[in-house]
Amino acid sequence: MTDVSSRDRTTSAGSPRGPAGPRHDATDQRSVLEHLARFAAAVWRPAVLLALIGVVWWAVTAAELFPRYLVPTPGAVWATLLEDREMLAVHTWVTAYETVIGFLLATLAGLLAAVLIVYSSTLEKALYPLILFAQVIPKIAIAPILVVWFGFGPEPKIILAVLIAFFPVVISGVAGLRSTDPELLDLSATMGASRWQTFRKIRFPGSLPHLLAGLKVAATLAVVGAVVGEFVGADEGLGYVLLLASGNLNSSLLFADLILMSVLGVALFVLVELAEALLIPWHASRRQGIAMTTS
Amino acid sequence: MQPQTAMPRNSAQPATATIEIRNLTCTFTSKRQSTTALQDVSLTVAPGEFVTIVGPSGCGKSTLLKIIAGLVQPSEGEVMLLGNAVREPQRDIGFAFQRAALLEWRGARANILLQAEMRGMDKDAAAARADHLIELTGLSGFEDALPHELSGGMQQRVALCRALLHEPPVLLMDEPFGALDALTREHMNVEMHRLWRETSTTVVLVTHSIAEAVYLGQRVVVMTPRPGRIHEVYDVDLPAERDYGTTMSSPAFETLARNIRGLLGASGHHG
Repeated sequence: MTDVSSRDRTTSAGSPRGPAGPRHDATDQRSVLEHLARFAAAVWRPAVLLALIGVVWWAVTAAELFPRYLVPTPGAVWATLLEDREMLAVHTWVTAYETVIGFLLATLAGLLAAVLIVYSSTLEKALYPLILFAQVIPKIAIAPILVVWFGFGPEPKIILAVLIAFFPVVISGVAGLRSTDPELLDLSATMGASRWQTFRKIRFPGSLPHLLAGLKVAATLAVVGAVVGEFVGADEGLGYVLLLASGNLNSSLLFADLILMSVLGVALFVLVELAEALLIPWHASRRQGIAMTTS
Repeated sequence: MQPQTAMPRNSAQPATATIEIRNLTCTFTSKRQSTTALQDVSLTVAPGEFVTIVGPSGCGKSTLLKIIAGLVQPSEGEVMLLGNAVREPQRDIGFAFQRAALLEWRGARANILLQAEMRGMDKDAAAARADHLIELTGLSGFEDALPHELSGGMQQRVALCRALLHEPPVLLMDEPFGALDALTREHMNVEMHRLWRETSTTVVLVTHSIAEAVYLGQRVVVMTPRPGRIHEVYDVDLPAERDYGTTMSSPAFETLARNIRGLLGASGHHG
């Protein structure tokens, strides 16, 4: 999936061409078939790898190298996913909700902190050490306190997701806002632009490539935060199901749960990728089809 | 406005000077050392005049331009721009940088119109002016092209249009064509000359190309290596209507270029 969007940009925006017009036309005229072909082209490699892993997994269980209650067969996991789909859907929804809310709050808070840090050296000196300090505290150690304070509801999970996803947003936001070409700032000054205008039209859009790289990291971390919160005290969510399954030695459910967690993380990651394709089609990372996180 | 009939030095009375630089010294202090970029520079630029500044790398000519724009504060001396002392970034100017400094996410036209947005200019008037400049600089057909889709020369043209959009009385250019290949550069010089003749803009252009300085300038200011001082100021005695090929091979051009080259070479030995 990640590859699809970048490939799209390569052919639409990055193609060498003469007159300026064709860029938008090409995007509009692309047919559904072409989209599908591109999707297939991007997906077949990971799909083959996944199938290969599935085959190895099946072979291991078929040879009964490990007892069945430790390593379930792919079939058993699939059966669990189907049989318990309603129960699993409810719990996936709970974790997804906590993760997404946590991620969005972390994005807002992280961005705000980044702006404060970049625009005020006093605040930078005050905030940076604290943010770093908050980052190095093991989040799992905070979880019990949060449960004591906020109970078994979604709040402690959301807070954990925010705490864990906040750091990459701040770091990438600061890096992005600081990456503004000094000549652009000079230019802006000769245009008589206000600080707000400079921020809105120059600094913020220019920071997006860095910021979005950080958001991709944050998105996957937010899932971790929510699940850790559920481990410590919850009566719903994928983390809760995981503990339950582990207590009952239900390895099929354990594996099914793990798969759902990773699907959740990947889905969120892909959403940020899509946002990236929409927001920064102009950026080199998009043009060259490299869709990797760097920070 | 007929720049060709104006004898710059004679017509430049202090009261009507567009730019007046008085005894400018600029020292940068870093942790380890302090560097004097400019020393006791004085220069007067008359309205509508095209002044070019040549000098070796690091002679502070870019700094001089930034001081005129109010982007850098001098250590001593002062600059009067359009009758006012420069103490903060100036708005009555257009500034063109060595690199085009375009917003990567905006098309050519939108990049030009940034000027209008920041200044709160009338939208329709700005759009009309942008279209005029786009046509004038041969960018038609590339209005929506993103900077990375444009060649270096075209990017510079976009930057030039942006600098001219608000019809600034003063245009400051910091080696705007320095990053271009020789052919594109010549082409841009011809265009620049034509643009200047069509407007009444006062231009100060910094360059390290002697040919460019002589071809474009009515006066050429030659600077010494660091610390930058004004070495010599030459009046360019060439016809206002300057065909590139003819000008380049004219005896007047060759003499002047040779003099300047000699001066730069000679000062190079001392520095």
